[in-house]
Amino acid sequence: AAGMFLRALSDIQWRAAHPKWRRMTGSQRGTSTTAEPHPLSLPAQAQVVICGGGIMGTSVAYHLSKMGWKDIVLLEQGRLAAGTTRFCAGIVSTARPVAVELKMAHYSNKLYQQLEQETGVQTGYMKTGSISLAQTQDRLISLKRIASSLNVMGIPCEIISPKKALQLHPLINIHDLVGAMYVPEDALVSSANVSLALATAASRNGVQIHERTSVSHVTIQKGQVTGVETDRGRIQCEYFVNCAGQWAYELGHSGEEPVHIPLHACEHFYLLTHPLQEPLSSSLPTVVDPDGRIYIRNWQGGILSGGFEKNPKPLFTEGRNQLEIQNLQEDWDHFGPLLSALLRRMPGLEALQIMQLVNCPESFTPDMRCIMGESPTARGYFVLAGMNSAGISYGGGAGKYLAEWIVNGYPSENVWPLDLKRFGTLQSSRTFLRHRVMEVMPLMFDLKVPRWDFQTGRQLRTSPLYDRLDAQGARWMEKHGFERVKYFVPPGSDLLDLDHSKTFYKPDWFDIVGSEVKCCKEAVCVIDMSSFTKFEISSTGDQALESLQYLFSNDLDVPVGHVVHTGMLNEKGGYENDCSIARLSKRSFFMISPTDQQVHCWTWLKNRLPDDSNLVIEDVTWKYTALNLIGPRAVDVLSELSYAPMTAEHFPSLFCKEMSVGYANGIRVMSITHTGEPGFVLYIPIEYALHVYNEVMNMGQKYGIRNAGYYALRSLRIEKFFAFWGQDLDAFTTPMECGREFQVKLDKGMEFLGQEVLLEQKQNGVYKRFTMFILEDHDTDLDLWPWWGEPIFRNGRYVGKTTSSAYSYTLERHVCLGFVHHFDEETGEELVVTTDFINQGEYEIDIAGQRFQAKAKLYPFSSLFTQRRRKDEVELSGYQRE
Amino acid sequence: FYLTPPQVNSILKANEYSFKVPEFDGKNVSSVLGFDSNQLPANAPIEDRRSAATCLQTRGMLLGVFDGHAGCACAQAVSERLFYYIAVSLLPHETLLEIENAVESGRALLPILQWHKHPNDYFSKEASKLYFNSLRTYWQELIDLNSGETTDVREALINAFKRLDNDISLEAQVGDPNSFLNYLVLRVAFSGSTACVAHVDGVDLHIANTGDSRAMLGVQEEDGSWSAVTLSYDHNAQNEHEVERVKMEHPKSEEKSLVKQDRLLGLLMPFRAFGDVKFKWSIELQKRVVESGPDQLNDNEYTKFIPPNYHTPPYLTAEPEVIHHRLRPQDKFLVLATDGLWETMHRQDVARIVGEYLTGVHHQQPIAVGGYKVTLGQMHGLLAERRARISSVFEDQNAATHLIRHAVGNNEFGTVDHERLSKMLSLPEELARMYRDDITIIVVQFNSRVIGAYQNEE
Repeated sequence: AAGMFLRALSDIQWRAAHPKWRRMTGSQRGTSTTAEPHPLSLPAQAQVVICGGGIMGTSVAYHLSKMGWKDIVLLEQGRLAAGTTRFCAGIVSTARPVAVELKMAHYSNKLYQQLEQETGVQTGYMKTGSISLAQTQDRLISLKRIASSLNVMGIPCEIISPKKALQLHPLINIHDLVGAMYVPEDALVSSANVSLALATAASRNGVQIHERTSVSHVTIQKGQVTGVETDRGRIQCEYFVNCAGQWAYELGHSGEEPVHIPLHACEHFYLLTHPLQEPLSSSLPTVVDPDGRIYIRNWQGGILSGGFEKNPKPLFTEGRNQLEIQNLQEDWDHFGPLLSALLRRMPGLEALQIMQLVNCPESFTPDMRCIMGESPTARGYFVLAGMNSAGISYGGGAGKYLAEWIVNGYPSENVWPLDLKRFGTLQSSRTFLRHRVMEVMPLMFDLKVPRWDFQTGRQLRTSPLYDRLDAQGARWMEKHGFERVKYFVPPGSDLLDLDHSKTFYKPDWFDIVGSEVKCCKEAVCVIDMSSFTKFEISSTGDQALESLQYLFSNDLDVPVGHVVHTGMLNEKGGYENDCSIARLSKRSFFMISPTDQQVHCWTWLKNRLPDDSNLVIEDVTWKYTALNLIGPRAVDVLSELSYAPMTAEHFPSLFCKEMSVGYANGIRVMSITHTGEPGFVLYIPIEYALHVYNEVMNMGQKYGIRNAGYYALRSLRIEKFFAFWGQDLDAFTTPMECGREFQVKLDKGMEFLGQEVLLEQKQNGVYKRFTMFILEDHDTDLDLWPWWGEPIFRNGRYVGKTTSSAYSYTLERHVCLGFVHHFDEETGEELVVTTDFINQGEYEIDIAGQRFQAKAKLYPFSSLFTQRRRKDEVELSGYQRE
Repeated sequence: FYLTPPQVNSILKANEYSFKVPEFDGKNVSSVLGFDSNQLPANAPIEDRRSAATCLQTRGMLLGVFDGHAGCACAQAVSERLFYYIAVSLLPHETLLEIENAVESGRALLPILQWHKHPNDYFSKEASKLYFNSLRTYWQELIDLNSGETTDVREALINAFKRLDNDISLEAQVGDPNSFLNYLVLRVAFSGSTACVAHVDGVDLHIANTGDSRAMLGVQEEDGSWSAVTLSYDHNAQNEHEVERVKMEHPKSEEKSLVKQDRLLGLLMPFRAFGDVKFKWSIELQKRVVESGPDQLNDNEYTKFIPPNYHTPPYLTAEPEVIHHRLRPQDKFLVLATDGLWETMHRQDVARIVGEYLTGVHHQQPIAVGGYKVTLGQMHGLLAERRARISSVFEDQNAATHLIRHAVGNNEFGTVDHERLSKMLSLPEELARMYRDDITIIVVQFNSRVIGAYQNEE
């Protein structure tokens, strides 16, 4: 029965509409063998081979062919749109928390809307709108935040009362609702038919489509894709695109050189019913009830309803041979809680007759964001997969970005949040993925609050001090698999448990972090920062310096022992990485970058450094433990431990020296703290880590030393207007746009990447400007806290979004960082942003629909931060460890 | 005085323990899926003991329940020591040599057993050296005796039981310079314990039983119903063969005095047991040991008391009866329990309750809509009913706990009555023993898939 129905849903409609479709397929399903067309043989070579004929593969093919590439072969192991795409619920929803995902969904919606007209294939597109319901105030806040970001993008969206929701959808039970969000332009499609429409258009543009052809593996030579091996022969190709959906992980691992694509499938259930007595209108909006964990759409006069349960069932952990999708069982007991939620939301459906419970596996990723981009190990190997059950919403946009990426070398949006290179091999263990996706799938409908940490797959990478810090009350978060301290809970104080600590308001650790910040300001704190990515680049001659001078915008030809903050820019002057580089010797450099740069930065450098055996780059992240000593007393602690003068005359800031600390020799000491406060970072060979830590803590006692965590660091850096790569800076931001011209040496005597754009910006000005906002009428105790992604309004008009925010314990105000644009009032065209433009505006920040006045600044409050260095009247009693 | 359901649960679950045989890559090659065990005290302290361990140098798993009397010392000692004796008896000659050489040269020993213990199940630290020396003497003798034949499980079990009982007896006769140990070995020897031990290796299940604990197999019939197969014989007055055996071993003149009031010599319920040297030693030996023993022993009326009509010792043996059973796919579980359970429940009920518990949790038939006309409301009701069935009947996570709940709380209709359960569990210590005995249960669950595969191989 399942097969019958599903065929009815997709294939038959599709074939009836398109008798002229050239089937280049091998055998077809069915009993008749005589009618089979002769299989068209595979071409011996092609520029691009796409594996996977679902929504992703066909969308990539469609967009590549639209961009003028013709020599493309799409291979599908079964039949087009026969995998997850066929089972997909077909809801196109733009309400997405991450900006780039929102843009992808918006584009998809626009694309699908005109697809039928463009291709003649019926896509079942129906603009129904969607209603997201809130059962709690917290849920309503999260909906309001999304509504704010949809509105500033020009996507209609409103927060409505429960009553209004009932008017839009007569079956909703509203007695337990506090509000809802209505997005009128959200749509429904037949996802299989959208996929077939994209395939049809691609095929007309010259893309060859071969069904019943499976890729066994991809061949890679010298880090470059050379071809694919299929069960019907080999195709040579320059580019390979892995759109194999839940099989992408396995396909990535099938070759000699594995490409790690961290995703894992979970069973996903939805219910189909017969039509209601009075069949539901096909224009009735889709209802999403995240607190009930369900979605409900109209379907052929009845409903289609599924959800994301708390106890997902992962599958295919051991690979695909366990089970075929078609054989998956319906599991009513498992679906029970979702059915309860459905009948609670729509009690009128009790008498509705069940047609089927569909079990449709979906693939999920470790961070709930999809995976796209080029493999860090194989050039030409692209991936688009792991849609976290939003494949149809993302399909159009994701295919477009990936096509741009292949054709132009980069997509037209900042896709770092989705980039395959945000993961490394460390996220590709099957056990890790299995455990993590069991947490990720329920998160789809969980409340997304600031500072959420995953609870599974933890304690993978740790500092050697982990146990010591943990015993002292450390609370942990994770970045790129590395455990980092958020803050230290003093003995005796009680924090809320995980579930109750979820809040959009002032968090329970507020005072704890406040005292850590105070200690950083007035005494000394130690923060374990071992997770930072650390590379060493050295050469026999001047190769290292010459190459780095080209790849980095600042001047690295500095005296030995100096530390340089610099951007690693792309051709467009945008930040691919933001790092600190110490010149260890004439010919060797030590480079510190953010934790999640480990794969991206490595690939970037590897692909651009000359292939010269005399130039060596080494990832030494694991070799060093980093301790950040922040505060005016850091200098005292360190000079007592090393018997070396550490004052500014002997050890100026931005300086690096190897010295002994305690008994341990060869400690790399740098006078930077990543916060703008005085202090040092110690890079300690790991076997000395415990010794140095103990020495520092013992010696530091009389100076009031205490442990601190990243939350304190974050507050300190944001109040100092320090931008952070990955949050504030991305590949579409240049140093000129964030007031960092001083870190660019346009006249360093040689050309560097991005130089032209920067020169041009220097002359003509920039189109956005990184700005610091101090919230004026915001009550820290009672108002919603800013997070990031809040719209910024200047004189009542939208000018940009925040990128990060923190409470400044020094200013006793919230500080938001973000970018200000200048849109022409008439045309919306982007204009140059001048200093005057910034300074002459009245600003407001929109937090979940509520606007707060903000003061804009282009420079930090230097006067507030005059360093009270080594003043003896500083009282220490308050900062001794309690 | 009334216990709330959570209080009842915390009492019932205090001693529960579960072990699942680890699966490697989904390929579980053990015929045992795992076991649940639990015990509920009536005596204070409880006199029952339990043990479970995996043999590391041979294959197989050992599980046992031990019902102590006249104190818990003997049951404790047997629960600690018996499995080592069995494991050693099963070891091939080369392994014994290897172990002996390791001890001789001070190298690390091969581990013999992996214990699966509840945190409350303790080992006596003080006696470990003494116990080890006795065990070593045993394996040295086995090495000397090397018969070259492969070890037969039945024989190994019998030898181990007899040898341990012998060692208990000898240790008490020899004594120990350390006064604490000296008193300990005497208490062990003068108290007693039954033992019912299962050894599972692939499809071969051996039950060695001494005394009146019992092993029972739960079998699922083709129609899904449950039946019980008893795999041990109780050694007590109700067992005609046992009465006959005792009578055969003693002169005709004692026939009348041997079994009185269904007790051995009118005193002892089980007809076979570890320890209980009062039923094994000559009167002279008993007197000598008691007199030279510590004061505590001398002052104890029980130890000084010689059973009436005590003419031709020994009257008691620790030699077990061994039953071998080849596991079949329909054999789903094994229950080992002390007489505290069997006094209150019929084996048929035990089979049904455990069977329904295990299948209810793990194999509730999935629902399929198929071609039927079902509405959302009907399905919702059906699912709610299924959930309710699971949660009310199966609030226990442990089959042994579930069985104890029934054993203690069953009313005349065979369903658990909370009021009764609450009353039984809130009895004061001194009264508890009047209404119920210590109960110790191990429920071993078998892997039918693996057992089926074994069968097909042969």
